[in-house]
Amino acid sequence: MSSASAAAGGMVGDEPAPPRRPRGSGAGYLLLLPGMLWLAIFFVVPTFQLVATSLYDPNGSLEAGYAMTGSVSNYWTALTSFTGPFMRSLLYAGVATGLAVVLAYPLAYAIAFKSGRWKNFMLVMVIAPFFTSFLVRTLAWKSILSDNGFVVDALKTLHILGPDGRLLATSVAVVTGLTYNFVPFMVLPLYASLEKIDLRLIEAGQDLYANGFTSFRKITLPLSLPGLVAGTLLTFIPAAGDYINAELLGQTKNYMIGNVIDNLFLVQLDYPIAAACSVVLMLAIVALVLVYVRRAGTEELL
Amino acid sequence: MSRVGRWVVDHAVMAVAIVVLGYMFLPIFFVVLMSFNDPESRLSYTFDGFTTANWSDPCAPSGMCGAVVKSLEIGFLATLGATVLGTLVAFALVRHRFRGRAATSLLIFLPMATPEVVMGSSLLALFTSVGLSGSLGFWSILVAHVMFCLSFVVVTVKARLAGLDSSMEQAAMDLYANEWQTYWRITFPMVFPGILAAALLSFSLSFDDFIVTNFNHGNTITFPMYVWGAAQRGIPPQVNVVGTTMFAVALLLVVGGSMFQRRRPV
Repeated sequence: MSSASAAAGGMVGDEPAPPRRPRGSGAGYLLLLPGMLWLAIFFVVPTFQLVATSLYDPNGSLEAGYAMTGSVSNYWTALTSFTGPFMRSLLYAGVATGLAVVLAYPLAYAIAFKSGRWKNFMLVMVIAPFFTSFLVRTLAWKSILSDNGFVVDALKTLHILGPDGRLLATSVAVVTGLTYNFVPFMVLPLYASLEKIDLRLIEAGQDLYANGFTSFRKITLPLSLPGLVAGTLLTFIPAAGDYINAELLGQTKNYMIGNVIDNLFLVQLDYPIAAACSVVLMLAIVALVLVYVRRAGTEELL
Repeated sequence: MSRVGRWVVDHAVMAVAIVVLGYMFLPIFFVVLMSFNDPESRLSYTFDGFTTANWSDPCAPSGMCGAVVKSLEIGFLATLGATVLGTLVAFALVRHRFRGRAATSLLIFLPMATPEVVMGSSLLALFTSVGLSGSLGFWSILVAHVMFCLSFVVVTVKARLAGLDSSMEQAAMDLYANEWQTYWRITFPMVFPGILAAALLSFSLSFDDFIVTNFNHGNTITFPMYVWGAAQRGIPPQVNVVGTTMFAVALLLVVGGSMFQRRRPV
């Protein structure tokens, strides 16, 4: 439990206090070297190689080799051929993130302020989904949402779903799965920042005749903003790149850009266009994150 | 507002929270339930009948247990690599002064903020460009897993290290302990819970990874790769036996760990 919340807490921007015993010798560089070298070789270099691959001549092939022709047109091909999957990735991830906020906020609030001696139990419940395999629990949704399962039956009884309506293989199923899989990433940072709120501030608000709603809007919500920002990023980024939910719970018309990248790289072996799709996804996410973090005013997060 | 009304408002948040927890727990319940399923056909996803056969012969589906073992091996080695490298980096960040701190922090943050599909495809592009695409397998999965676990180790250990009270170390130094003794007798034991948490996190990230692995696995089949392959042909119910076992082991570790920590306040 401490692991996940520590990881989440670390992202909320509580930078460590300045080093107590700062040492100026070279020891720091020696400690950094192996880890940083690993990240340089297996994270930074591949990213540059991905950009290079996205500019290869699209007429080459894996067997014959690719010529570096600086084909910016690959990006045009990627964007025009796969507009649907790109849009679906942003839309599904956006809706899933919104739903995750709606679900996670009351839960994080209850754990931080109302849980009493059940706090640890509830936190373990939050990370319980991580205890079993991502793919196995996504497949469990296939059983839950299946055509003769209890969810579909209930929705049919309530006439929300038509007599031959179904949930599986629809965008509803994909978004349900995405929300489910990433909601703990929303709960933990939200809880971390709610937990830190000094309750005397709320008491002071009440002394000044703020009612429950006002003190929530003016005190609790603004103070939980860093957690909310970290949570939305931790949910949106992996959801936008995910293709497991679209593959297992959706059908071809629900495919997201991850499905396209996977298919182009591993089945079609069309590396230049696949790399262009990957780069576009990366740039779109970086742009969104920068705009969002700047608007939310929590730049210390980065 | 009536007393009943106030009681309802007070408890509404808790009620919503319990419903949300129910939503988060529902699939786990189904994983346990389906591990006792006796499916009518290979492509059945409904509970067709009760059996304990899946539990008495979990390795019946060919290749599944081999894939689990492969995942355990990779998970263990990736955890070892990422924990050692990441702990060193965390010590440097908290305890040492060096140039390029901002760039270092950015380099640690970026892998956590990059979608897995981008990391996986980047690595494949690199391995292909240096002519290694034919020999991908165990080693390339391991290299990739160490890479994406590293940042999480750094963040977790750093959080523990930054919250430490240095007066214990100063006391040890005052009592003529040299740096080495101070480190192994004082600092390391105090940081250890953070390192252990980081290692457990790494293991679960590695064991569960599908997307990055899918791009770089060659012919090596890990458990998530096995499940993905099986999903196209029909899932054997034994997959849920593995899922249930993973859940039980992780739950025992977390509950046991927190009881152990409560007895020995560090």
